[in-house]
Amino acid sequence: MFKDIEHLIRLATVMAIAVVAFLVLRAGVVPRSFGQYGHYRGAAMGEIAARPIAFAGHDLCETCHSDVADQKRQGKHVVVACEACHGALAKHADDPASLTPAKLDTTVLCARCHEANSAKPKWFPQVVTADHSGGIACDTCHQPHRPKIETKPETESKAEGKK
Amino acid sequence: MYIPVEGFMYPNEVELQWSVLIVLYPFITGLVAGAFILASLERVFRVEAVKPTYRLALLTALAFLLVAPLPLQLHLGHPERSFEMYLTPHRSSAMAMFGFVYLWYLMAVLLLEIWLDYRRDIVVKSQTSTGIMRFIYRVLTLGSNVISERSLRIDERLGYFITLIGIPSAFLLHGYVGFIFGSVKANPWWSSPLMPIVFIFSAMVSGIAAVMLLYMITTRLRGKEIDIRCLDKIAQYLMYTFVIDFSLEMLDLLQRIYEADESFRSLDFMVHTRLWTSQVIVQILLGTVTPIALLGLTQILKLTEKTRKRVYALAGCLTVMGIFAMRWNVVIGGQLFSKSFLGYTTYKMGFATREGLLTAIALMILPFGILWLLVKLLPPWPDASSISASGEFEQAEPVRSLV
Ligand code: HEC
Ligand code: HEC
Ligand code: HEC
Ligand code: HEC
Repeated sequence: MFKDIEHLIRLATVMAIAVVAFLVLRAGVVPRSFGQYGHYRGAAMGEIAARPIAFAGHDLCETCHSDVADQKRQGKHVVVACEACHGALAKHADDPASLTPAKLDTTVLCARCHEANSAKPKWFPQVVTADHSGGIACDTCHQPHRPKIETKPETESKAEGKK
Repeated sequence: MYIPVEGFMYPNEVELQWSVLIVLYPFITGLVAGAFILASLERVFRVEAVKPTYRLALLTALAFLLVAPLPLQLHLGHPERSFEMYLTPHRSSAMAMFGFVYLWYLMAVLLLEIWLDYRRDIVVKSQTSTGIMRFIYRVLTLGSNVISERSLRIDERLGYFITLIGIPSAFLLHGYVGFIFGSVKANPWWSSPLMPIVFIFSAMVSGIAAVMLLYMITTRLRGKEIDIRCLDKIAQYLMYTFVIDFSLEMLDLLQRIYEADESFRSLDFMVHTRLWTSQVIVQILLGTVTPIALLGLTQILKLTEKTRKRVYALAGCLTVMGIFAMRWNVVIGGQLFSKSFLGYTTYKMGFATREGLLTAIALMILPFGILWLLVKLLPPWPDASSISASGEFEQAEPVRSLV
């Protein structure tokens, strides 16, 4: 009776073993806290919360560097947070002596935001750095915290017109 | 990398995220579904004429199915994590569910059907072959040598049943690929309920054309006569499905043109500029209208066998190319325009990169390598199986000439 379907029984057995092996594997590797709050590892919340804070926030920087903050307030970079340029500095803000912020390379830094790109909104100030400065560091001419160059009145009106 | 952009693009649209590999993915799954549906025709609707291609179509489907997920894996930064969608699947993720559709189709349909169909040959070969091959066939028999009359009849009936399940499964497999694109609400080039249906029909077209070409090439290489009755029938099916596929696509187009929603001007401009060659020239004129016309001619005119074969070969090649262009236009085209409808970007294909041209070519060659191995292991030729059944198994002689 079963002789003619022996191969099918074997096949079913192989499949059953595969399914069981999968379920065992699944039980073994899926983290315990998975699904506790949602479709993710519940324990991840605690792990992330326990990570050290990297950013201090610009309010904190300004309490010590009020001179820079005053400068910044006069130009359009007022909208750019300190750590957007200087990098995460919570450690420095905690204890300035423990970490001196690294010097920034403005040819790279400024181009990151201002390199001309047709995907950027037209009103955003942008330059083709190769033509604009030809590799000279941007802060030879621009004050990073107050980048507008005031000495030329005609450029002022031009920049004004772009708003 | 500098990417030329015209007009306004949102920053995350400038560089295309879905590369040529994502073009290959629907193309390859389409070949799988199409080849399988052709095989099912013989089985379920008992079309005797296409019988010589039955096993070849099944093996082709398997070879391509094994490669189908590779382009996706290569696209991922962490391919090993893709396994997690089996462990902790998210029901709202279309891709995660596709993993199960894929698995179902591979394990429950294709492998089973091939196994049941070949079981007699496998058992015979596990007794007649030697060395490592003997061991492989032994494993494939699962240690059971029953090939009694009744057991084969049971296999036959079970195989029929699996094919019955297999047809909707093949539709599901490829319809799902269309579904993934069709359900991207934010993209008017993709978002259309017609997408899964168009994908299925184009899949059938490409699969049938591919099996037809493979049949012609392999028969040639084996130095055998092409069964012209079989070829005529396949070409006929190819034409019918192609006509349906083309009408659906044109309906979709008409609907879009008449509806002319807010995306229309932008998409229309794209079709007339960046997609002109790949869509209008290659996909529609060369890849669809020409093969349909060629196939139509063979139905109307009384051509000699030799000319018919040539026409079929040409039409088959154009078809496969046209369907590839269709996938290209869907996947790449859908990323060339800005969702603001105000600009267009350019696709720059890498060459020797992870998602570059070289990888794509390798991925297209790979299924043929797998198919070659499969054909060596399980010869699909009608004559070969009769040889093995009579006991004197010829060590895949006709296959070697394929190399
Ligand atoms: C508790 C006060 C304090 C806070 C808060 C603070 N700093 Fe400082 N910062 C200092 C002192 C003091 C120095 C000078 C130390 C030195 O020269 O080593 C300094 C130096 C610097 C320098 C210049 C280093 C150089 O090369 O001369 C930079 C840049 C700087 N801070 C950035 C920041 C930023 C950005 C923040 C906010 C994340 C910040 N600081 C918060 C006290 C502070
Ligand atoms: C647009 C980018 C940018 C922003 C935003 C910015 N800085 Fe700077 N900052 C620079 C550059 C560039 C230098 C000069 C190179 C260097 O010293 O590393 C500099 C130098 C400094 C210095 C060294 C002394 C000086 O005055 O030249 C201090 C201190 C400083 N920044 C603090 C701050 C603080 C505090 C803020 C936020 C209120 C801030 N910066 C915001 C780019 C920036
Ligand atoms: C994090 C991005 C960012 C970086 C880095 C940055 N900027 Fe800016 N920059 C801005 C923004 C935002 C504005 C303001 C645009 C506006 O509101 O019009 C601006 C404005 C300017 C302007 C126009 C000022 C005016 O008043 O018209 C100049 C010039 C400029 N930046 C130069 C620089 C230079 C030089 C550096 C490098 C030290 C730099 N920027 C780095 C974001 C950045
Ligand atoms: C040789 C001096 C010099 C250097 C170096 C320089 N700039 Fe300027 N930059 C200027 C002057 C002068 C203007 C104002 C004239 C103008 O608008 O054309 C200006 C204007 C700009 C503006 C405003 C353009 C606008 O459309 O409003 C941006 C942004 C800018 N520079 C970015 C940079 C960046 C980024 C670098 C570094 C790669 C840099 N600059 C280096 C002199 C310089």
